[in-house]
Amino acid sequence: MSAPNDASAQPRTFAFTPENAKKAEAAVAAYPKGRQASAVLALLDLAQRQNGGWLPRAAMDAVAGILDMPPMRVYEVATFYNMYNLKPVGRHHIQVCTNVSCWLRGSDDVLAACRNALGIDLGETSADGGFTLSETECLGACVNAPVMMIGGDYYEDLDVGTATAILAELKKGGTPRPGPQSDRRACEPAGGLTTLTGWSDGRGDKPGAS
Amino acid sequence: MLRDSDRIFTNLYGFEDVGLEGARARGDWDDTRALIAKGRDWIIDEVKNSGLRGRGGAGFGTGMKWSFMPKVSDGRPHYLVINADEGEPGTCKDREILRHEPHKLLEGALLAAVAMGASVSYIYIRGEFHRETEALRRAIGEAYEAGLIGKNACGSDWDFDIHLHVGAGAYICGEETALLESLEGRKGMPRLKPPFPANTGLYGCPTTVNNVESIAVAPAILRRGADWFAALGRSNNTGTKIFCISGHVNHPCTVEDEMSVPLRELIEKHAGGVRGGWDNLLAVIPGGSSVPLIPKSVCETVLMDFDSLREAQSGLGTGAVIVMDKSTDIVRVIARLSRFYMDESCGQCTPCREGTGWLWRMMERLVTGNIAVEEIDLLDEVSRQIEGHTICAHGDAAAWPVQGLIRHFRPELERRAAAFQARQADQAA
Repeated sequence: MSAPNDASAQPRTFAFTPENAKKAEAAVAAYPKGRQASAVLALLDLAQRQNGGWLPRAAMDAVAGILDMPPMRVYEVATFYNMYNLKPVGRHHIQVCTNVSCWLRGSDDVLAACRNALGIDLGETSADGGFTLSETECLGACVNAPVMMIGGDYYEDLDVGTATAILAELKKGGTPRPGPQSDRRACEPAGGLTTLTGWSDGRGDKPGAS
Repeated sequence: MLRDSDRIFTNLYGFEDVGLEGARARGDWDDTRALIAKGRDWIIDEVKNSGLRGRGGAGFGTGMKWSFMPKVSDGRPHYLVINADEGEPGTCKDREILRHEPHKLLEGALLAAVAMGASVSYIYIRGEFHRETEALRRAIGEAYEAGLIGKNACGSDWDFDIHLHVGAGAYICGEETALLESLEGRKGMPRLKPPFPANTGLYGCPTTVNNVESIAVAPAILRRGADWFAALGRSNNTGTKIFCISGHVNHPCTVEDEMSVPLRELIEKHAGGVRGGWDNLLAVIPGGSSVPLIPKSVCETVLMDFDSLREAQSGLGTGAVIVMDKSTDIVRVIARLSRFYMDESCGQCTPCREGTGWLWRMMERLVTGNIAVEEIDLLDEVSRQIEGHTICAHGDAAAWPVQGLIRHFRPELERRAAAFQARQADQAA
């Protein structure tokens, strides 16, 4: 759960842009009539994106108004789920997984590399507002451990060198390549395929093989 | 060894086209209408006869679960909810289906929906899976455009809509009733059962919640026949299974193999073996973070299925194998899991809310050995006061890793306590 509200940063008002208001309408339309509260997760996410990655109280109130929910019900949701940031975050939110599969393969080193590269500790934002560093629970990419998430992308098969290089690239304003930083394409074994190597048992070609 | 021709997820690694055209070339959406025409009873019977057990962790019979839905609607709509809130530490199998084989999931959803009389399905996908959500959204768009879902899906006269519901970071929402609460726009706090979702689920309507993998294998079962699926694995543990092998192996990977494959074979054949060789193995968590670990002696012979792992006082869970070699601080691993379960407790039930913190604080002391030997029994007792005393299985999941540690590594725990006391005595002297 994110830290409590930072009152000094709270804007007084919030309204969806016309484009986002349309997206909000589409989100509500996925649920039966009268069940518009189901869209609260989607609308809070939309508000957070519009607001530079964090969710001010005015945005929660706006969402409550749109969905005809008591504001308290929206605050409950906003404080229950980890992905809502209740205070400002840096332009790049670096979230390093430290759960067991990542830890066994060196997430402590990756985290240390991030600390060194950014000069900030967990939960802190760099002075220029560029980076926030967080620890996160299992991201669900365990065979590509260690993993970190930046924005919507996973960076996988990390070590100190690749993690440092990714952050350096971001600092330069570049876009590092997401996915495995090893020579793997996805979650296949690095030593060569052990399955799906072709139809060798006389049943003809492998479906979809080109 | 499972033949490639018996594998279901032939694009598990995404090496081929993940779009509709590629999916069709792999056999997806091939005359789905004919399968639907055989009727809901036939679909449920085939899935029952296949022996398919839920792939999300609990292992309940999938066909049986579908059969609990009312045969005739009392006016309330029926819902199929697909649990794509993958987050059990060690588990990353549904991710590959979502991003590389989304059409298997969508076709399975249509067939399952027909079987349970549902015209609407919600897929609840975890919020961190941005790219997977995009892949699934693309596939849904393709399926609508091709008339495979939507009005008169596949020309079957059945109307079927699929909506995505994106989560926002809460492990507990993988629990089916917490997931339904979250889908209704609330905090993900599990509901008391009964009433069961099949009667009173989403919006108070009959609902079935299935794991991604359970749904995605259904088309293959219906096409190739229940007998084909049932012939794989062992009795009561049938079919193929996606395993994720992480931790101290030479080549961590996700792979589809036959149910009941020996654990050692799985690790050595696909993951390049334990780092430093088999004899360097300390222990394995064989089914995701919730199940008790098993020491090397058990790993020698145990089979990767529901019954064999249960006999070993562990569980198949999600099929996520976390391998730890002899360099591992096993106490620290379990302490890390205790912190996870504390962080992710929804706070609703007192034994879980208070107990998970208690477990974690004791586990942290155990890491350094700052604990009296008698407290190891207290730790076990606390875990048993949580287990079975909560609305959902989160309490059990917090208790089992600790119990597994005490069961198999008690001498190590006592050694740490003694070493700590010796250090204290040295310093005092």
